[in-house]
Amino acid sequence: MSTAQDWEIVIGLEVHAQLATQTKIFSRESAAYGAEPNSHVNEVCAGLPGVLPVLNRDAVELAMKAGYALGCDVHRWSQFDRKNYFYPDLPKGYQISQFTHPICTGGHVDYLLDGQVKRCNLTRIHMEEDAGKSTHVDAVSLVDLNRAGTPLIEIVSEPELRSAEEAAAYLRELRLILRTLEVCDGNMDEGSFRCDANVSVRRPGAPLGTRAEIKNINSFRFVLRAIDYEVARQIDVIESGGAVVQETRLFNSNTGRTSSMRGKEEAHDYRYFPDPDLPPLVIDEAWADRVAGSLPELPMARRLRYQETLGLSAYDADNLTAAAPVARFFEAALAAHPGNPKGVANWVLNDLMANVANPEEDLDALPITPDHLAQLVRLIDDQEINGKIAKTVFTRMLATGRPPAEICDEEGLRPISDPARIRPMLEQLLADNPSQVAGYRAGKLKLLGFFIGQAMQLTKGKADPNVTKDLLVAMLEGGEG
Amino acid sequence: MTALHTLTVQAMLEGLDGREFSAAELCEQTLDAIDAANPRLNAFITVTHDEARAQARAADEARARGEAGPLAGVPIALKDILLNRGVRTTAASRMLSNFVAPYDGAVVERLRTAGAVFVGKTNCDAFAMGSSNENSFFGPVDNPVVPGCTPGGSSGGSAAAVAAHLCGAAIGTDTGGSIRQPASHCGIVGLKPTYGRVSRFGVVAFASSLDQVGPMGKTVQDTARLLEVIAGHDPRDATSSRQPTEPWTEATRRGVDGLEGLRIGVPREYFVGGIEPDVEAAIRAAIDRLEVAGAELHEISLPHTEYAVATYYLLCTAEASSNLARYDGMRYGHRADGDDLLEVYARSRDEGFGDENKRRIMLGTYALSAGYYDAYYLRAQKVRTLIRRDFEQAFASVDAIVTPTSPSTAFPLGTRVEDPLAMYLSDIYTISCNLAGLPGMSLPCGVDGAGKPIGLQLLGRWFEEATLFRIGAAHEALAAPMRSTP
Amino acid sequence: MSERHISEEEVRHVARLARLALNDDELQSIGRDLNAILDYVDKLAELDLTGVEPTTHAVPLELALRQDVVVKTLTREDVLANAPSAREGLFCVPRAVEGGN
Repeated sequence: MSTAQDWEIVIGLEVHAQLATQTKIFSRESAAYGAEPNSHVNEVCAGLPGVLPVLNRDAVELAMKAGYALGCDVHRWSQFDRKNYFYPDLPKGYQISQFTHPICTGGHVDYLLDGQVKRCNLTRIHMEEDAGKSTHVDAVSLVDLNRAGTPLIEIVSEPELRSAEEAAAYLRELRLILRTLEVCDGNMDEGSFRCDANVSVRRPGAPLGTRAEIKNINSFRFVLRAIDYEVARQIDVIESGGAVVQETRLFNSNTGRTSSMRGKEEAHDYRYFPDPDLPPLVIDEAWADRVAGSLPELPMARRLRYQETLGLSAYDADNLTAAAPVARFFEAALAAHPGNPKGVANWVLNDLMANVANPEEDLDALPITPDHLAQLVRLIDDQEINGKIAKTVFTRMLATGRPPAEICDEEGLRPISDPARIRPMLEQLLADNPSQVAGYRAGKLKLLGFFIGQAMQLTKGKADPNVTKDLLVAMLEGGEG
Repeated sequence: MTALHTLTVQAMLEGLDGREFSAAELCEQTLDAIDAANPRLNAFITVTHDEARAQARAADEARARGEAGPLAGVPIALKDILLNRGVRTTAASRMLSNFVAPYDGAVVERLRTAGAVFVGKTNCDAFAMGSSNENSFFGPVDNPVVPGCTPGGSSGGSAAAVAAHLCGAAIGTDTGGSIRQPASHCGIVGLKPTYGRVSRFGVVAFASSLDQVGPMGKTVQDTARLLEVIAGHDPRDATSSRQPTEPWTEATRRGVDGLEGLRIGVPREYFVGGIEPDVEAAIRAAIDRLEVAGAELHEISLPHTEYAVATYYLLCTAEASSNLARYDGMRYGHRADGDDLLEVYARSRDEGFGDENKRRIMLGTYALSAGYYDAYYLRAQKVRTLIRRDFEQAFASVDAIVTPTSPSTAFPLGTRVEDPLAMYLSDIYTISCNLAGLPGMSLPCGVDGAGKPIGLQLLGRWFEEATLFRIGAAHEALAAPMRSTP
Repeated sequence: MSERHISEEEVRHVARLARLALNDDELQSIGRDLNAILDYVDKLAELDLTGVEPTTHAVPLELALRQDVVVKTLTREDVLANAPSAREGLFCVPRAVEGGN
C-alpha cells in the first residue's frame, strides 16, 4: 500500500447555495422550506403548458453580492440557457441555468487551515433553478415540487484543493461568507448548501488523472469521509492495474463508501442553448455600484481586525468569527462596552458558548442579550463585583434573562459601595462600641482593623472594603459617633 | 333578427349597443350555426355552450348597467392552444386530449374582461405544427369556402370558424405563418403582431422566439378592434414589450386616403417562380390598384429569402424539442403503460405526439446535440441575423412590404401529407416575418379560377401595425368584399 | 435509407435523447425525412458568416425583473388536478433511478 506522499490529490468543489429570497427564481411562489407537499407550487413551478419564467430581482442582487464578496468579475451582461434532460422532479424537462455567459467568472475563497491562510480560486458563479424532490418507495417515485424553482447559485472552484482537510476548510469559510452576507442561510440539513466534489489522483508531476464526481455531500463530516474513501478507492484501482472511470458516485454515510450511480453510464447531452423566454440580464452601473459598495465586513477581514485593532489572539479571533451569530453577538456587546475586548471575548467564548450546543441556531435564542453581557463585564471592570461573583450572576442571567445589575441588587451579590448605604450601619457600629472608638482616637490605630472586621461581619462581606475603610477613618477622626 | 352570426364584429357591437338584439340572442344563433356546421367542418374541438350563454347574459347585464366592455357580447373562438380556466385545452393532440386548464392565459383574461363570449376551442395542427390542419388528433378541418380542401394551418379551425360565421372573430397563433396562411386559404383577415406585442403567457409554446398570438377576423377593422383588446405589456411574459397599445381601429378609418405618402416595397425574391399563375395575377393586380390609389411602389431586395425556410426549420424545431419536453406523462397529459420509467416516458410521448410533432422533436434534438450545435443551431441563428438585416435595410426606403401570403391556394385534403419537405417549402413567404419579429397581415385578395381564396400579405416595421391597418383598409376598400358562405 | 447526414444508429440515439419510443418503421421513415431535411438545410453552409452575431430575439428586449413578493395563484388541488396518478398530495410516477442531476 502506498503512502499519501506517493500521490497528489486533486479536488474541485461545486457548491449549490440556495439564495435567501421570499419567492422562487422564476415564479411568484414561496421559496420557504417545510411546507406541505406541493403547496408552494403554481403553474410556472409545475411546468404546465403555456407558462413562462420571470426573473426575481432579489435573486440577482444576492448573486451579485456573492460575486463581489468573492472577488469575481460580476458581468453586467449575462444570459440564461436551458439544460435539457428528463427526470420526474424536473417539471419542464429542462433546467434554466447559465452555461455560456454566467453572471460571474473568476474570484477566490481565502480560508484558514492550521492557522495558515490559503487561497482557492473560483472558475465561475452562475444562477439557476433547483429541481423538486423525489422519494423512492417500492415501484414508484413520489414527487414534491415545492423545491422546484428555488433560486440557486452554483459556485465552482478550480481544482486547486489538495486534501480532504483543505476541502472541508474551504467549505466552512465559503458557507460562513455566504451567511455573513445573508445571501444564503447555509442550512445543510435543509439542503440550502450542498456540495459535489470532483476528485482525482495523480503521481506528482503527471498530468491530471480521471476524476469522479461525488454528489450531494451535505455535511462537513461527510466531506472528509467521502473524499478520503474516494481517494483510497482510486489509488487502489490504479495500483491494481485498473483505470478510474469518469462517473458520478453517491456517498453513503452509513457504509462510508461511494458507489457508482447505476444507469448514469449514458453520458448526458444537455443540448444547452440560450433560453428564448428570457432576454439577456443587463445590470446597470448604478445597481452594480450600489451592491459592490454595500458589502458587510467579511470573516477574514474581521479576524484580522480583531487581532490588529482589538488585540485579540488569532485563536480567539478565529473562534469569534467561526459562526456569524457569535461574531454578531460579540460586536454588539463590544459596542455597549468597548473598553475591554479581551474580557468580552472571554465571556463570549468560554461562558456563553459553553451553554450553546449549536451556535448557528441556539445563540440567538439564549435569554442573555449582548447588552446584558456587556453590563456584566463592565461591573467587573468597575470592580463592583469580582470574577467569582460574576460567574454566579451569569448563571442567574442565563436562567432568568434579567440584567446583571438587577440580579446583583436583588440577591445582594454586589458589594455595597455607596457611602450613603454604609454610613448608617457604621454609625450604629461606632455607637455600639464606644470604648474602641475612644481607644482609636487615643492613638490605637490598629483598632481600625477591628472596625473593618465588624463591618464586614455585619454586611456579610458585602460592604466594599475600601469605601468602608475610608468612611471609618473619616468618621473616627472626624470626631463623630 | 336572424343571421346575427354573419355580421362583422363592428356590426354586432353597433347592433348590441343600439339594442337591436341582445347578446343572448346573438350567442344562441352562433351556437346554432356551430352545431349545424361543425359536424362537417370540424372547426371546433370543444364547444362551450354553457359558458358562452353565461358570458352572454353577463354581457347583457353589463350593457344594461352602462358598463359594457369593448367586446361585450361578441362571440370569439379561441385556438385550442390557448388555456382558459376550467375548459379542456388539447393543443389538438392526444397528449393533452383530457387536459383541463387550471388557469387563464393573458389574452384570454383580456378578452374575458372585455366581455367576449367564448363559444369554443378551435381545431388546429397538433401543438401548432403544420400548414394544413391535417395533423390534428381530432381530425382535419374542412375549408368552408372550398369544401374538401384544407383551410391551411396551423390555425385552420380558427380561420374556418371565422369564414363560416361560427364566431365574430377568432384568436390564432403564428410561428411561421400559422395565422396568415389559413387566413389566406379561407379568405379572411389575419394578423401576426410584432413579436412581444401580445403576451404569450397561457399559450402552449411551440417555438418561443417565434410564436405570437393574433386576431383573425372578417374585416380589417374587426381585426384592429381585437388587437386593441389583446395587445399590451404583461409582467408574466419576460419577452412582452412595453410599447403602448394604439387605437388601431382609427388607422382603418381613412380607407383609400390612408395610402397617402406611403411607400410600399415589392421584394423581387418573392416573385421568382413557384407561384400559381392565378395567385400571381391577383397579387399584381392588387399592387397596381394600390399604386393607382396613391401608394408609392418600389422594387426592393431581400437577398437572404432563399435561406429562410432552412433557418426557420432548424430554429423552431430546436426550441420546440425543448418546449415539448414537459409532455412526459408524469404530472399531466397522456401516460402510457410501461415496465419502467424510461419506457413510460418513451411510450407516453410516442403515443401522445403526432408524426409531425415527432419529426420536429427529432430534428430539433439533433440540431442541438453535442457535435452538431455549431453546424446547425448556431449557424441558423447567425443567418437569422442576416435575414433581419435584410429587412432593416429594406425598411430604410419603404414603409411596408407586399407579397403573396402563399404561393398556392388551398389544396385538397390528404394530397400532400407524405412529403414534409414540400410542406415546409410552401411556408416561404410567411416565415421570414417570424424570424425577423415583424408584424404581418394577410388580406383576402380575390379567388383563383377554382374559386379558392388568395391572400395578399403585408409586412411592416417593428411595432408599426398601424401602417398595416392603413394599407389593409385601403386594399379592402379597393378589392372585393369577403365572400359569405352558406 | 440514405445515410448521408444521419445514420440509423444516430437516429436511434436521438430518439433515446428525446424519449420517443419509435418502432422500426417510424425510425426508417423519420430517418429518411431527417436526411432529406438535413440535405436541404445544408444550403446554409453556402453563406459566409464570419463576424455575424447569432440572434436569439429578433426584437431588442430588455429583461424585466420581478419584485420578490409572494403571489398565490394555484392551490395544490389545481396543480394535481390533471395528474395521471397522485398519492397524498404527491405526484406518483414509475420509480426513477436515484439522482437526476
